[in-house]
Amino acid sequence: MSTPQSAATTDEVVIDCRVNKIFYGNFLAVRDSHVPILKNKITGFIGPSGCGKSTVLKSINRMNDLVRSFRFEGEIRFEGQDLYAKNVDPVTVRRYIGMVFQQPNPFSMSIYENVAFGLRLARYKGDYDARVEEALKGAALWDEVKDKLKNNGMSLSGGQQQRLCIARAIATRPPVILMDEPASALDPIATRQIEELMVELKKDYTVAIVTHNMQQALRVADKTAFFAVDISRGGRTGYLVEMGDTRELFENPREALTREYLSGEFS
Amino acid sequence: MAARKTDQAQPGSTSACRPPTTLDTLVDRTFRGLTLCFAWLTLLLIIYIFWRIGGTAIPAMHKFGISFLTSTDWDPGQGRFGILPEIWGTLYSSLLALFGGGIFGVAIAVFLTQDFLPHNVTVVLKSIIELLAAIPSVVYGLWGIFVLIPLIRPLADWLHLHLGWLPFFSTSLSGPGLFPAALVLSIMILPTVAAISQDALAAIPAKIREAAFGMGATRWESILRVFLPTASGGIFGALVLGFGRALGETMALAMLVGNSNQLTLSLFSPANTLAALLALNFPEASDYEVRVLMYAAVVLLVITFLVNVAGQLIITATLRTGGSK
Amino acid sequence: MSASPDFSRNFTDPRALKSFILSTITVGCAILACIPLFSVLAMLILRGGRRFSLELFTSLPPTAFDSGGGFGNAIVGTVVMVGIASLIAVPFGIIGAIYLAEFGPHTRIATVARFCAKTMTGIPSILAGVFAYSVVVMVTGTYSAVAGGIALSLLMLPTVMLTAEEAIQMVPAIMREAAVGMGCTPTQAMWKVVLPKAMPGIITGVMLAIARAAGETAPLLFTALFSDYWMFQGGAGDLMEPTASLAVLIYNFSGMPFENQIQLAWAASLVLVLMVFTLNILSRLIGQRKK
Ligand SMILES: Nc1ncnc2c1ncn2[C@@H]1O[C@H](COP(=O)(O)OP(=O)(O)O)[C@@H](O)[C@H]1O
Ligand SMILES: [Mg+2]
Repeated sequence: MSTPQSAATTDEVVIDCRVNKIFYGNFLAVRDSHVPILKNKITGFIGPSGCGKSTVLKSINRMNDLVRSFRFEGEIRFEGQDLYAKNVDPVTVRRYIGMVFQQPNPFSMSIYENVAFGLRLARYKGDYDARVEEALKGAALWDEVKDKLKNNGMSLSGGQQQRLCIARAIATRPPVILMDEPASALDPIATRQIEELMVELKKDYTVAIVTHNMQQALRVADKTAFFAVDISRGGRTGYLVEMGDTRELFENPREALTREYLSGEFS
Repeated sequence: MAARKTDQAQPGSTSACRPPTTLDTLVDRTFRGLTLCFAWLTLLLIIYIFWRIGGTAIPAMHKFGISFLTSTDWDPGQGRFGILPEIWGTLYSSLLALFGGGIFGVAIAVFLTQDFLPHNVTVVLKSIIELLAAIPSVVYGLWGIFVLIPLIRPLADWLHLHLGWLPFFSTSLSGPGLFPAALVLSIMILPTVAAISQDALAAIPAKIREAAFGMGATRWESILRVFLPTASGGIFGALVLGFGRALGETMALAMLVGNSNQLTLSLFSPANTLAALLALNFPEASDYEVRVLMYAAVVLLVITFLVNVAGQLIITATLRTGGSK
Repeated sequence: MSASPDFSRNFTDPRALKSFILSTITVGCAILACIPLFSVLAMLILRGGRRFSLELFTSLPPTAFDSGGGFGNAIVGTVVMVGIASLIAVPFGIIGAIYLAEFGPHTRIATVARFCAKTMTGIPSILAGVFAYSVVVMVTGTYSAVAGGIALSLLMLPTVMLTAEEAIQMVPAIMREAAVGMGCTPTQAMWKVVLPKAMPGIITGVMLAIARAAGETAPLLFTALFSDYWMFQGGAGDLMEPTASLAVLIYNFSGMPFENQIQLAWAASLVLVLMVFTLNILSRLIGQRKK
C-alpha cells in the first residue's frame, strides 16, 4: 500500500522515515508508513484530521519525546543515521531539524532576540546582525520589521508572528524544516504570503509540511503523502495510503481511497 | 553523505547548527539533578521535622508514658505534667470554631458561587474574605482583648444569669475564655472554609446546573438538593482543613483563652490549648521542661498531621471522582 | 378548573417563601462575616492611627513607665528575619517546583513531595518554632534572628513551592514546544522561556508567603525572642542574638497594664497590617497583569 514513488530515484533522500508503529500509551496512532523526504523539495502530508500527520511529522525531530506516553517503533534515518538510535540526543536532532508550529509561538522577547535565539543556543561566533537580517529577509518579514527590531515579537500580527517563527527556525540554516499546518491559524492573505515563502525556501532548505488544505498541498508541495484512518481493526489507526508526485497524486491517484478523499467524499 | 550536512547549495551563509556543547549538557544534567534533590529534600524535611521533634520528646515519653495524656496536672515544681485539659481545650475550641466558621464559610461560598450578586460585587466580597485571612493572628488577638471581650460580656452575663443551669453557661465570663477565643478562631478559619468550598461548588459541571434548573427547581431547591450534595466531598474536605487550622492556631488562643488548666464544658470559663501551652511555657522553660513540652508538641503534631492528611485526601479523592462522574 | 397553568410570580407560595428566607439568611451571613474585618480596620485606624508619627520608626520600645517610644528595632528585626526566611524558602521552593511541574511531574517522588508540601501548609506555625528551637536554639545555645528566620522559612516553603508549581504549569504548551523545537536542553527551555513566562505567578506566590511570614508570631516567640535594642550595633554577629519583631512586640505589649504600651501595640498592628496588605495587594496586581 505504501510504496514510494519509484520515479524519484534520482533525488537525494535526506530523511527516510519508516514508521512501523507509533503508540500513545496503548493507543496505536500510526502504523506501517514509509515517507522519504527529498532534498530541496517540499513534501506535503495530507489526510483527514486525526490520521496521524502531526504525529509522524513531530516524530521526525523527536518533538514527541515531550509526550510521556509516546512510543516509536521503526526508524527515521537522517543522512543515514537512525534518529531513534540509543545514543542519539534528541536535543541535537532538533537543532538540525527545525520546526514551525500550527499556532504562531514567538517568544516574549524582542523580534531581534527571537531570531537570534537559535544562534545563541548554538553559541554562534559570527555576525549576529547579518544573520538576523538574512533570516528575516528569508522569511519575507524584513521590510515590515526592520525599524522595530526591538519591539516584542508578540506585538506582531498573526501572519507576521508566523513568519517570525519561520525566520527563527531558519536563522541557523538547519538542513530540514518541518511545518505543522503553519497557515491554519491565519487569514487568507497571510496564508498566501506563507505559501509563497515556502516555495522560496525550497531553494535553500528541505521542507516537510502538514496541511489540512488540499489546495495548499497542490500549490506548494512537490511530493505529497496521503494518510488515512483505518477503523477496520477497532482502533483509529492512521497509515500512509499512497505517496507520489503531487500532480500525479491529485490527477491520477492509484488508490480508490485517495480519489474519494480528494473529491471530498470524506474529510 | 553525512559530510555534506552543512554544505547544501546555499547562496548565503553556512549552517550554524551545532549540537549542545559539553558545558550545556553538563549544566542541564546538573540542574535537573539539583531539582530532583530539592524534591527529595521536601520529603526529607518533613521526615526530619518529625524525627527531630519526636526525638527530643522521647525521654519525656519514656518517663510519663500514656499518663501524660490522661493527667490533668501541670506543675513543673513537683515535676508533674499532664495535658488532658489542653487536648480537650484544643478539640473543644476547634469544634466550636468549626461550627461557626463552617456555617458562615459554606454560606458565603454558596453566596459567591450561585450568582446572587453582580460579578463585580462578588469580586469585592471575595477580596474582603481574602483580606480577612491576611490579617495576622496576633492582631486578631489584640482586637479580641480590647474589642470583642468587652462587647460580648453583657451577652455572656445575660446567658449565665438566665441559662446558667446549662453546662455551657455555668460560669460567668470574667475576661478571657473559650467563647471569645472560639469566636475569633471561627473568623480565622472562615476564609479557608469559604475558599475551598467555593472551589468545590465552582467545579460542579454546567450540565448538572442545567439539569437542576431545567427540572423547574427553584434556586434554593437546586442548591440544597443538587449542588451542595454534589460538592459535599469538597465541602467536607474544606471543613476538615479548617478544623486542622483551628487546632494549630496559636496566638489568638494564647491571648484570649485564659490559659487555665481545667477541664470544662462552660463556654465562658478560661481554658487552655496545646498550642497556647507551648507558646506560653516555652520561652521560660528549663531544659527539662522543654523536653516535656516537646512531648506536647508531638501530640499536637500528630493530631494536626492526621487531620490535614485526611482533609487533603478527601479533597484529592473528590476532585478525582468529581471529574469522572 | 382551567387547564392553563398560572405563570405569574406568587410570593406567598411556600416554595418562594422558603427561597426568600434562605436568601436572606445567606445575605445576613455574608454581611456579618464582613463586620470583623471592618471592625479590626476601624480600630487600627482609630487607636493605632492616633499614635502614628515618625517617632514610631526611629525609637526603641519604651520601658514600663516611660511615655513615648516606638518600635524601629522591631521593624528592622521583622524585615531581617523575613529576609533570612526568603533566602532559604524561595530558592528551595522554586527549584523544587521546577521538578514537580516540569522535569518529573509524574514520578513517584514528585507525587510524594507535592503531598508533603500540601501537608506542610497545614502544620501549625508554632510547631515550626518548636522545630527551629530544637535544631537551632538548642544547638547554638541562644535565641537568634537566624533561628527565627529558619522557623519562618518552613512556613513560606510550601506556599512558594505550590504556587510556583502552578505558575510553571500554566505556561502554555506552545511556548514550551517552541523552545524545545529550537533545540533547547530542558534546562535552557526552563531558564530562557518557561521561567520568564511563569515569573509573575511565582512572584505572586513569594509575596503572599512573605506577607504571611511577616505577620507570624508563634514561631518567633521562642526562637528570636525579643530585644529592646537596635540590631547590628555589634555588626553581623547580631544575627545570632535575640531579635525584636513587630508581631512579638504586639503580643508582649498587649498583655501589659500600661496605656502607652497598649497604644504602641495598636500602632504596631497598624504598621504590620499595612505591610501585609500592601504585599497582598501588590501580589494581586502582579498576578492580574499576567492574564
Ligand atoms: N499527545 C497525545 N496523546 C495521546 N494521543 C494523541 C496525542 N497526540 C495525538 N494523539 C492521537 O493520535 C492520533 C493522531 O493525531 P494527530 O497526529 O494530531 O493527527 P492529525 O495531525 O493528522 O490531525 C489522534 O487520534 C490523536 O487523538
Ligand atoms: Mg495535526
